[in-house]
Amino acid sequence: MKPFAFERARNVDHALSLAAAAPGARFLAGGTNLLDLMKLEIEQPDTLIDVGRLPLADISETAGGGLRIGALATNSVVASDPRIRSRYPVLARAILSGASVQLRNKASMGGNLMQRTRCSYFMDPAMPCNKRLPGSGCSAMGGLSQATALFGASEFCAAVSASDMSVALAVLDAEVETVRADGSVRRRPVETLHRLPGDAPQVDTDLAPDELILAVELPPPPSGGQVWRKVRARASYIGALASVAVAGDRVALGAVAARPWRARATEAALAGGAAPSEAAEAELASASGEVGRKSLVRRLASDAIQESRKGGRS
Amino acid sequence: MSTVRDWAAPNPITENRSGLIGKPVDRYEGRLKVTGTAPYAFEVETPSTPLYGHIVSATIPRGRIAAIDVSQAASAAGVVLAWSHLDVPVQAQRGAKLNPRSQRGSNPALGSDRVEHYGQSVAFILADTPENARAAESRIRITYEASDADLDFGSFIDSAGPAPGEEDARIGDFEAGYSASEVTVDATWFSPLQNHAQMEPCATTAWWEGDKVVVHTSIQMVKGGQHALAETLGIPSDRVHLLTRYIGGGFGGKGQSYDDLTLAALAARESGRPVRVAYTRRQMFQATIHRPAVQMRVRLGADKTGRLNAMALEAVTHCARNAPFVEHAANFARNLYAAPHRLTGHRLVRLDIPHAGAMRAPGEAPGMLSLECAMDELADRLGMDPIALRIRNEPEVDPDNAKPFSVRQLVRCMQEGAQQFGWDRRNPTPGAVRDGRWYVGMGMATAIRGNFLLPAKAGLRLTGDGLATLTQGMTDIGTGTYTILAQITGETLGLPLDQVRVELGDSNMPPAPGSGGQFGAATAGSAAFETGMVMRRRLAELAAGDPRSPLYGEDPMLMDFANGNIVLGNRSESLAALASRAGPDGVYVEGSISPAADARDWSQHTYGAQFAEVGVDSVTGEVRLRRMFGVFAAGRILNAKLAKSQITGGMIWGVGAALTESNAVDPRYGSFLHQDLGGYLAPVHADIVNLDAVLLDEADDKANPMGIKGVGELGICGSGAAIANAVYNACGVRLRDYPLTPDKVLAALEAKGL
Repeated sequence: MKPFAFERARNVDHALSLAAAAPGARFLAGGTNLLDLMKLEIEQPDTLIDVGRLPLADISETAGGGLRIGALATNSVVASDPRIRSRYPVLARAILSGASVQLRNKASMGGNLMQRTRCSYFMDPAMPCNKRLPGSGCSAMGGLSQATALFGASEFCAAVSASDMSVALAVLDAEVETVRADGSVRRRPVETLHRLPGDAPQVDTDLAPDELILAVELPPPPSGGQVWRKVRARASYIGALASVAVAGDRVALGAVAARPWRARATEAALAGGAAPSEAAEAELASASGEVGRKSLVRRLASDAIQESRKGGRS
Repeated sequence: MSTVRDWAAPNPITENRSGLIGKPVDRYEGRLKVTGTAPYAFEVETPSTPLYGHIVSATIPRGRIAAIDVSQAASAAGVVLAWSHLDVPVQAQRGAKLNPRSQRGSNPALGSDRVEHYGQSVAFILADTPENARAAESRIRITYEASDADLDFGSFIDSAGPAPGEEDARIGDFEAGYSASEVTVDATWFSPLQNHAQMEPCATTAWWEGDKVVVHTSIQMVKGGQHALAETLGIPSDRVHLLTRYIGGGFGGKGQSYDDLTLAALAARESGRPVRVAYTRRQMFQATIHRPAVQMRVRLGADKTGRLNAMALEAVTHCARNAPFVEHAANFARNLYAAPHRLTGHRLVRLDIPHAGAMRAPGEAPGMLSLECAMDELADRLGMDPIALRIRNEPEVDPDNAKPFSVRQLVRCMQEGAQQFGWDRRNPTPGAVRDGRWYVGMGMATAIRGNFLLPAKAGLRLTGDGLATLTQGMTDIGTGTYTILAQITGETLGLPLDQVRVELGDSNMPPAPGSGGQFGAATAGSAAFETGMVMRRRLAELAAGDPRSPLYGEDPMLMDFANGNIVLGNRSESLAALASRAGPDGVYVEGSISPAADARDWSQHTYGAQFAEVGVDSVTGEVRLRRMFGVFAAGRILNAKLAKSQITGGMIWGVGAALTESNAVDPRYGSFLHQDLGGYLAPVHADIVNLDAVLLDEADDKANPMGIKGVGELGICGSGAAIANAVYNACGVRLRDYPLTPDKVLAALEAKGL
């Protein structure tokens, strides 16, 4: 591990001023991903700004009938919150399908969104990887890894997002609220928080270096059934081969792109009266990649949509 | 030399009068382990503040180090020294043996500029903290001259050569027998490269006391590690004191020592300080051994009644170019089913990848994934029940060598298993049972694994406080060795368990071969038993010859041992009193066990039957184990709880082999795709919902004086095949490319139009 400076933020303003003063800094919350990556020297920040003790862990009702979840609410707390479980079961289930109990007890809302890809080649510092070392190449392309992007990949990177939670947030039209050192507060959909790789796959999100996530806001849940499904070889503690979140007439796919993937073509087809299987197929018209993965996503999305229409929650 | 007849006589273990044998007592060291107070090799107390070593690994698969500069690392913060092959202290040449009786030759670290596999050690950094040692790695400059490397097993399978020193085993005329058979199966299975995935990495703490080095290291075989280090350093083995008290998983991967041992010893000598060196998780994958991939072609020929006429299992596997190893995936098939015409053998591909080696039932574990599924296919083709097919081919004597079986309860395992599992509820038509979106199916397979007894010794001291302390250069790799040795010693001496201590894992103690090949309990345990018997004779003679003993002048042969006393009729005295009169150190004896002269006159194995019920997600191809049950026969059971833990643990590894465990060499780089426990998928709790096993009553009086056999590796045998057969029964697809991951299952479902 590369030596680094450690600062503990006393309040949000302090965190932001520290970040503004130290361009190579990273915010540290639960540390469940960042510290692992630092030990492997994949992340090498000069400064860690510990935001873990800031008062950002509340879950509260919004005036509009939704919920505001503080950036430091742990994944365990969010998943077990009765309001989340009853009104946003797709979110509770998505969170519970990720990591392990121990990790979810540490991992935060903001940190989950900021976790980096688990692409095998990103995780091995000896391998070429444009996300880790820009310009070194992408060894996932032509490699052995199964989990490459179906949507939005570029010639430089085919990595997929590792966050299950963000897929559920995207289908719920959740927004991320951030603040910068200059005091500007901004809200953007979770769906577009993460960048597609383009020619700069090393940049995961469009957050500025001094931009801190304060909260995630959920609008009132859409009417209709909510379904979460995650496909994987082992029953726990492994990223998805593919996942799907359905809420009412909205569909999002996971582990298929560098961001949670709202299946807009599927949604449009459904709105036009298409059958679930046709609607699922519509999204795959724009997909690149291996036939088997496309097939999995088509079957998974189609089945989840059908289940949601039965009011299902699995 | 004794014969097996000598073992048949009743003895304290077979009589089991105080009931310690078989009793499900808790682990001797369990509390220490679960409270984190059992010191593992990296954690032992050192005589002074230790330094920390970090090993730097090669990033090419084959070639040479054209240039390497460690000077920038050597001058980094906290760094004490940095070595490459240019400045590492002198070690003996690879394989050299100063003492021809050494079990292992020299294994130098950083021995030359040659790189023979990705992940090989190429530099070493010693620093005041592990963090500083690792941080300095980035300051080492290495220029490689890469050579062409053979990395892709698949592209060399057809050009595989013979396994060194081996010929195919042929009985009858396989080809003629096969072609004359009415019903045949000819199919090929593939089991991928697998990793041991121990929790505890290889690790060593070393320091020097004068010209002797003390090493605490994580290793399954005490003598092998001691000898390897002595030969590497070029010193007599009595100057290496090796200790290995607690081991966080071995699975065959710690049957040998690695560079952590060598470099810790060298760095401790150079620095004059204790040194700790541990492999990183990544190095556990790339720089230790692995189970090689195996391709297995099985051909079965039978008549319409299911009687096998011809049987062949031909395996192709791989090893490192300069480290021959054969995964004997075909051997078990020689002893399992009757068939007059038989062919088994192995071919080998040499690759420029890390060393292949022993892992969790080497041979049987991948091997049974083929034959036991081929039997299922044959049963399907014949319209026979898979159990009936196996019973029809149950041999009367070992089909390989016509030797009688010592005891073989395979049929009973299958029948009892079928009854307890509810095999009669299996619908033989694939794809006929649904539960929501899940296809549900059942499968079974048999298990067979050899039983072995190796020479071993033990020491036993009885002290005036009445405590018996067994000492043995044996290891407990998490299996329960400490506990069963205490039970054996207690039962042999008629002592309660709280008066028995067991000390293991020390090269100064009487040697035992260690843990591996499921020979540990039988071997170390028999030595402990024989040593206990030596102690009994010694104590009886002491009592008979001691005027202060109430048993003075009596015949030692008539004396008995019970409840902590030595007894004759209504006279007795405590072992404590007897030992306290013998001197301040009490009474110390040593004993040993050797294989019986005629042990090989019998075919000796452990057996079992595995039953699995799986669900296959009709949408995604995910396979989930719903329940699993096994019945096993493995001689007398020393500890019902620990034996079951061993067996069910093995079954779980079989679940991994069938469904999730797999690694692969990237043919572009020579590195493994998975290098951590988040990517290499060993089963987790959520995969194992309902899994149980029972052990049949058995005593194998040809095995050893206690009639016990190994249970460590039996559970994995056939486990994965039962699951694969259940997948077929569930959804009607035969997948022969392990593990049966969702992508493969889904592709097969789609190919069937499902």
